[in-house]
Amino acid sequence: MDIHAILKLLNGTLVAGQLDNTTGFENAFASDLMSDVLTVDADNTLLITGLANIQTIRTAEMSDIECIIVARNKRATEEMIELANHSHICIIETPFSVFRVAGLLFQYGLKPLY
Amino acid sequence: MDFIFNIEGGDFTNAGFASSEVKKILKKLNVDPKITRRVVVALYEAEVNVVAHAYRGVIHVDIDTDHIGIVLDDEGPGISSIEQAMQEGFSTASPKVREMGFGAGMGLPNISKNADVLNITSEVGKGTKVEIITYLKPQ
Repeated sequence: MDIHAILKLLNGTLVAGQLDNTTGFENAFASDLMSDVLTVDADNTLLITGLANIQTIRTAEMSDIECIIVARNKRATEEMIELANHSHICIIETPFSVFRVAGLLFQYGLKPLY
Repeated sequence: MDFIFNIEGGDFTNAGFASSEVKKILKKLNVDPKITRRVVVALYEAEVNVVAHAYRGVIHVDIDTDHIGIVLDDEGPGISSIEQAMQEGFSTASPKVREMGFGAGMGLPNISKNADVLNITSEVGKGTKVEIITYLKPQ
């Protein structure tokens, strides 16, 4: 699943990263708990979260997560966007809830990790 | 190769900076991405612990041909029971730490899971020393 398909499905806005990101995402993980995200040991994984702060980006960076979906109209801060661009991480903002985002992506075929 | 980073307690804006720098160094050295992930996840959890609990700390990173050794030495309140701190779910984190997405008592277990060797020594009222060793080849 590519960035274009995700944006369309989630009525999302790309606020960091490149539209030409060619990663084919295969898995998704939803959590607001960053230590839980740090247990993820899989490539091509999306993070769905309601937590919008700088440590969300740091956590994604350490876990090799290349795309973060920030749910329920939470806004990425300027410092988050700057760090995400620097770290080649996409941030997508969506008005949908974490539950709805997870449901839509699951229906589309993305796999859960646990 | 040796690297040193300083950490300020309570500075959540820069928490993870050292881990990020180490990740860039390991990438440049073509270290296996799976090993890099283990190293930086363990380091990042440990770095956040220093920011969350200590007044200040120093990270020493030693990259050798067969292992990566990391020592985090902090000045802080110390840990009264390391055995208890190692239990998943045990936490003394502040609300501020929890707001940042940490403080669920998973930090030390996560470090342990990602380290080949983990040594923790602590003195209450003085500080804590965490040593993390990751081997670059199977032992």
